[in-house]
Amino acid sequence: MVTPTARAAATETGGVRDADDDPQGDGRRRFEELLASESRVEPTDWMPAAYRKTLIRQISQHAHSEIIGMQPEGNWITRAPSLKRKAILMAKVQDEAGHGLYLYSAAQTLGIDREEMFDQLITGRAKYSSIFNYTTPTWADMGSIGWLVDGAAICNQVPLCRASYGPYGRAMVRICKEESFHQRQGFEILLALMNGTEEQRAMAQESVNRWYAPALMMFGPPDADSPNSQQSMAWNIKRFSNDELRQRFVDMLVPQAEILGVTLPDPAIRWNEERGHYDFGDLDWTEFSEVLAGRGPANAVRVSRRRTAHENGAWVREAARAYADKQATASAASRASAAPEKIAS
Amino acid sequence: MTSPGDSGTREIWPLWEVFLRPSRGLSHVHAGSLHAPDSTMAVRNARDLYTRRGEGVSIWVVPASAITASDPDAKGEFFESPEGKEYRHAVYYTASEAVPHL
Amino acid sequence: MIPTTNRSASTALTPEAIAESIAADETVASEPVALYALGLGDDALVLAHRLGEWITHAPELEEDVALGNIGLDLLGHARSLLTYAGSAWGTSEDDLAYFRGESEFRNRQLFEQPNGDFAHTIARQLFASVYFDGLYRALRRSTDPTLAAIAAKATKEVDYHLDHSVQWLLRLGLGTEESHRRMQRGLDAMWPFVGELFRAETGLPEGGVAHVPLDVTDGGTLGGVVVDLEPLRSAFDEIVPRLITDAGLTVPTVPFARGGGREGRHTEALGPMLAEMQVLARAHPGVTW
Repeated sequence: MVTPTARAAATETGGVRDADDDPQGDGRRRFEELLASESRVEPTDWMPAAYRKTLIRQISQHAHSEIIGMQPEGNWITRAPSLKRKAILMAKVQDEAGHGLYLYSAAQTLGIDREEMFDQLITGRAKYSSIFNYTTPTWADMGSIGWLVDGAAICNQVPLCRASYGPYGRAMVRICKEESFHQRQGFEILLALMNGTEEQRAMAQESVNRWYAPALMMFGPPDADSPNSQQSMAWNIKRFSNDELRQRFVDMLVPQAEILGVTLPDPAIRWNEERGHYDFGDLDWTEFSEVLAGRGPANAVRVSRRRTAHENGAWVREAARAYADKQATASAASRASAAPEKIAS
Repeated sequence: MTSPGDSGTREIWPLWEVFLRPSRGLSHVHAGSLHAPDSTMAVRNARDLYTRRGEGVSIWVVPASAITASDPDAKGEFFESPEGKEYRHAVYYTASEAVPHL
Repeated sequence: MIPTTNRSASTALTPEAIAESIAADETVASEPVALYALGLGDDALVLAHRLGEWITHAPELEEDVALGNIGLDLLGHARSLLTYAGSAWGTSEDDLAYFRGESEFRNRQLFEQPNGDFAHTIARQLFASVYFDGLYRALRRSTDPTLAAIAAKATKEVDYHLDHSVQWLLRLGLGTEESHRRMQRGLDAMWPFVGELFRAETGLPEGGVAHVPLDVTDGGTLGGVVVDLEPLRSAFDEIVPRLITDAGLTVPTVPFARGGGREGRHTEALGPMLAEMQVLARAHPGVTW
């Protein structure tokens, strides 16, 4: 099984070790010590099979969300109304591809390969954030996605930087750092619209009306209906409950909406002195379940676009692989295959 | 025990570990991983993926399958030997504490 | 005919910095210089737009990121060049990008060619990058300090674009039978537009109706400002056929197209592209985004 002094290739791409591999229970004791001391679990550590499974599901869904999330915004790259906005949007969508890649890498350390995760996505077996199944009919949606959707995502993601699983936390640190501009650029798109013509203001308000509730639903069902949350919190994967994060988000949004001059489409929003928070109305969870169940405005389109890109790219990936194999064969004798390659000093 | 970094035959492009030198004078530090058909493309992909905001001045890429690591279970016997060898650290030498430039 | 005068062109210029300098009346392009900058700006803008179309469609996620980077670089060049060109007429980069018709676009026809499959895009990128590489290297020595500064920044970026297309040319040319066939088709499809890349820059003289070649000789209006394309063509003829044969492919023999992009004559590909690009801006003229 494992040699006593060295384990092959056990860096960020650790071997799968779970219950079967821990006859004395040492692994479990160590795992629990790590959680108790707020330390990090690394790929080669023993971990319970359910912890591994939860992480694979959560990280891969997160990665899929980044990749599918490129589409509603990619929809406007060719029509962005100014060259500056075009550049910002391209950079943002490109960042999302990068974030998907960081997360796929993190998931891969748990013993699932990217091809398998892609396969789950393009065959419709994997979940991703339902928010990306909504459509983007107007330019103002680029603003709403940045302000509301990325805003909610940031609330969710910042605590994940401290997730107990090392590679996930590290990926999230990088992602949060890079995403700091995403919410701002969205806010500024809406601000420009609200400072513009009557038509532009109407475009902004109409878009905020559509995105507000779906953004609040991004935190997941109310705590009472969220059975997996407790376990995830015990494992230090999740740090705050769905409702706590949703409240924090609403508390941030209300003053921002005032600066923008948009109205949040919830008449129940009012400051509650006693709680020190804004009260807000109940959300329509039937719509959420509809979209989650695949009956959202764009579920089929999103997955099929991803599948088409993947299938159309197969010949390119195969060509690059074939070329690499030929080169390797040709120079096998003279090349130490493990030597790092460097490009600059 | 299979070699987990080697994604085997299933993945068409192998996995590479990426190391960045943040600026001159510093060591390369592990940044993450990516897929690429060969080392040349791995370096280029790493440049696009990990240095979009000027995070590095130099890149190393290593096939994930080529890395050998210490056994995580061997923490006891493998890393405990420095314990009890406090004389390897300057703070061990208290008698000379007040002497200048020492 | 670029003189050897060395300009300090090491500081990277952003479009915003150029716009500020124009607003402060420090930078104004003459009409012929503006037309020249407009042509180069349109080349970069149209190609950047095409690369933007790839995003979410690339053959692999890593390649989505790579094509996005190249597109962003080109969009940066376009914005700087259009901003500078606009200084001659008091128009902004966006006025020029969104409110000119198809026949007013001066890009050479290669850049507007549709993406096709990945091999078509790589063929277009290869020819474009060799052209840009030679062009911006030479333009760094332009007597026009703004053009020289834009070129200094662009040169470093285009160097990487060229490498990207060469790496893929090799892999597709020597990879599988299918990739070889597709790469050859891509080269053949883009080759007709190579001829136009090195045709002399033209301008519309005041009150004139026909475009005439710009006077780039030492004593002429644009002597020292614009890049002489003759040496670029020689470099292209030396480099590109070798790259193609190194990748196991055949240098296309299809004849060059008539061209005319600099005079506003375009292939059928540009119209629909501009219609899409300009649709929202034109629905709301004069507003801020």
